[in-house]
Amino acid sequence: MEKTLDLFKPDEKGRVKAVCAEGKLRRRILDMGVTPGVEIVMKKAAPLGDPLEINLRGYSLSVRKSEAQTILMEV
Amino acid sequence: MKFALAGNPNSGKTTLFNALTGSTAHVGNWPGVTVDKRTGTYKKLDEKVEIVDLPGIYSLSPYTPEEIVSRNFILDEKPDCVINIVDVTNLERNLYLTTQLLETDTPVVIALNMTDALSKAGGRVDSAGLEKELGVPVTEISALKGTNLSELMDKAYKAAKIDRKGSSVIKNGILSSVYDKVYKLYEQNGIADAAFHAVKLIEKDELETKKYPDLAEEAGSLTSEVDTGLFEGDFEGVVADLRYKYIEHKFSGLIKKAEQERALSKSDRIDRILTHKVWGIPIFLAIMLAVFHLTFSENFLLLGLFIKEGTFDIPILGTDALNSPGVILFNAMDWLTATIGDAVSGAMPEGTWYTGLICDGLLSGVFSVLSFIPQILVLFLFLSILEDSGYMARVAFILDRAFRKFGLSGKAFMPLIMCFGCAVPGIMATRTLENEAERKRTVMLAPFFSCGAKLPIWAAFGGVFALAYTNLNATLIVYSMYILGIAVAVLASLLLKKTVVKGETPPFIMELPEYRMPQFKNTMIYLWQKLKHYIFRAATIITGAVIVIWFLTSFNFRLQMVDAEFSIIGIISKWFTWLFVPLGFGMGDKGWMFVVAAFTGLIAKEMVVGTLGVFAGISEDEALEGSADYLFASSLGAVMLAIGGTLGDIDVSVPAMFSFMAFNLLSVPCMAAVAAANGELGGKKNTLTAIAFWMITAYAVSLAVFWYGVFFKVSVVAASVVLALIVAALITLAVLKYKGVIGAKSAVKQSIKGE
Repeated sequence: MEKTLDLFKPDEKGRVKAVCAEGKLRRRILDMGVTPGVEIVMKKAAPLGDPLEINLRGYSLSVRKSEAQTILMEV
Repeated sequence: MKFALAGNPNSGKTTLFNALTGSTAHVGNWPGVTVDKRTGTYKKLDEKVEIVDLPGIYSLSPYTPEEIVSRNFILDEKPDCVINIVDVTNLERNLYLTTQLLETDTPVVIALNMTDALSKAGGRVDSAGLEKELGVPVTEISALKGTNLSELMDKAYKAAKIDRKGSSVIKNGILSSVYDKVYKLYEQNGIADAAFHAVKLIEKDELETKKYPDLAEEAGSLTSEVDTGLFEGDFEGVVADLRYKYIEHKFSGLIKKAEQERALSKSDRIDRILTHKVWGIPIFLAIMLAVFHLTFSENFLLLGLFIKEGTFDIPILGTDALNSPGVILFNAMDWLTATIGDAVSGAMPEGTWYTGLICDGLLSGVFSVLSFIPQILVLFLFLSILEDSGYMARVAFILDRAFRKFGLSGKAFMPLIMCFGCAVPGIMATRTLENEAERKRTVMLAPFFSCGAKLPIWAAFGGVFALAYTNLNATLIVYSMYILGIAVAVLASLLLKKTVVKGETPPFIMELPEYRMPQFKNTMIYLWQKLKHYIFRAATIITGAVIVIWFLTSFNFRLQMVDAEFSIIGIISKWFTWLFVPLGFGMGDKGWMFVVAAFTGLIAKEMVVGTLGVFAGISEDEALEGSADYLFASSLGAVMLAIGGTLGDIDVSVPAMFSFMAFNLLSVPCMAAVAAANGELGGKKNTLTAIAFWMITAYAVSLAVFWYGVFFKVSVVAASVVLALIVAALITLAVLKYKGVIGAKSAVKQSIKGE
């Protein structure tokens, strides 16, 4: 099943299928290691509901929901 | 010889730099602590080596100004060797940068950092295998403990003497034939760093395409034949993907990750509490409250509630309550400087010009700076501990949503909170913000956060009010200034977002580093640097300014020694005093003193109380000595005497003094901050805009404060309370319905423009 990363629930896992952001943002997301095939665990949302904390490649990264929406995941 | 240290943010670069050079650069557990490159010397080799510590970067495609600093240095200044520091607990992402560094022709050696932490937890890394695959020397080090550093430097020294040709990992995979051809194009044209440039051109990097349009055309026709599948012709994506695929494929077997999982879960366990859905924000507020309480409170742990009035009165420690450590240190320093000042003035002949210069000018000015240093250091001590532990990154995470409403990201929190200590490091820290519009907005808001140099003003006026009117609470007055500053910052941020510095809300992609114990040494180095900075300031800028002001207030245009009122500055300021009559504090026969004080405040806020002190010292010397209490003798009494003239009518003079404080709070913070802002805003035009923005804001808010006070005939008791309440209401209003507020505010702004 496919869905975007912002729809993940805490502790839900999946693999990146595609990064749909554009320009600088896309470059930044890719640089941080969010590339097709990599496994991502969505850890939690911040107290105000946004941004999200995700784990990938052995480290923690914070992304906003609007940015997570551009990351298409395979669950 | 010149070696550069390059690596990911938070990988231990600055720690390594300190260990190598014995320098005292500041280290933090916050991505992007090194915002500019800094240099030191390594002396243990045959020749001296200059070590350049570059800001941390994730990639050589510049995304933030600090990444540009690093990239330009490596490509343009051609260091003899790049020492690439790699955090083994985060190998994949760290090696991503390594694959890019290896594309340049610069010799590279790898420093595998944090291997001790890895092996301690039962993990292991095959550094020999790593060395073989990467083709450059690899050394396991511990930057923190200083393990293997001389070995690392020996290898770097050797590597620096051998020419290296860059090579790229994309020579394998779907781009291999394109890469080979583009690489040859560069080589034929004799361009250095051919591999690096070839990859950039294939990525269709904007700068690269502009620089080599002919080559770009050829490369374009080559790449158009490649089927990129899912990437749909996005070659940046293909290249990034190839790098990571290469790293996964070649290196996943070389590291045993046992430790990594555990360390992560330790951070996770801490985060379960500190970024908790419900408790995260209250905990954050409690921590901040504790920090400010420990630094600024005159009623430590609220012990004053249990102390009977008049039973506890120990100078420095407190009256009817115990002072917080910050205030105790402040008082102790103040007492020390006052004592020295008295001793010196007692020993010198009375009435001579040089006694005036040394006692009224030099000592009182410099001491006013020195006495608040302990308090700033206490504040920075706590901030440094929070930063070093990794908590500050979580604060950005927690606050991002709220900050976004005001056109900032959570990352702006750190620079802004630093401004409570000093605006200069705060403004410099804005360089960690990726988005230019956000960076500009943050710089322009920086002065509104009341810095350590402004505290003596609030303390002096608060003390004077409390002395003159027993029903006024000094602490409340001090806090009201902080709140006023924050409220203005919130509104100004909304205003800026819609007007002067437009731009969409920046993205927020930030690493959350693992928690770690703050290092005592780090903290001390950090504080020592701050201390040096302030002592340097006191010794140079402040001393110079104090002497100039003393001269201007002691002599007239014919260089005769006169009372301040008839001095050069007295005469000049009277020409401008009318400008400040609408703000209240320009009124009356002492009004010009406040105008002069506010003016000196533009140079440095430390000068404000000092300047009023100089006036009082010159005109009312004996009366000053009459006010027995040594804590008030220097600053508070001086201000009180200066206010004396206008204070006759409470309904006018109290609002006028609040207006004076507001003006000092919001106007140009100091020359050092302007210089720092100029560096970050990049250009005179932006800096002038910022200065104009600060002055207009200061004038408008002071005007509002004064006339509010006068019109509503606010009683002395209520003045500060009401002010704080209004401001709190404004914040709430802004948070709840910021679009409506914006409309009203822009109308105000337009009417200002219309004038």
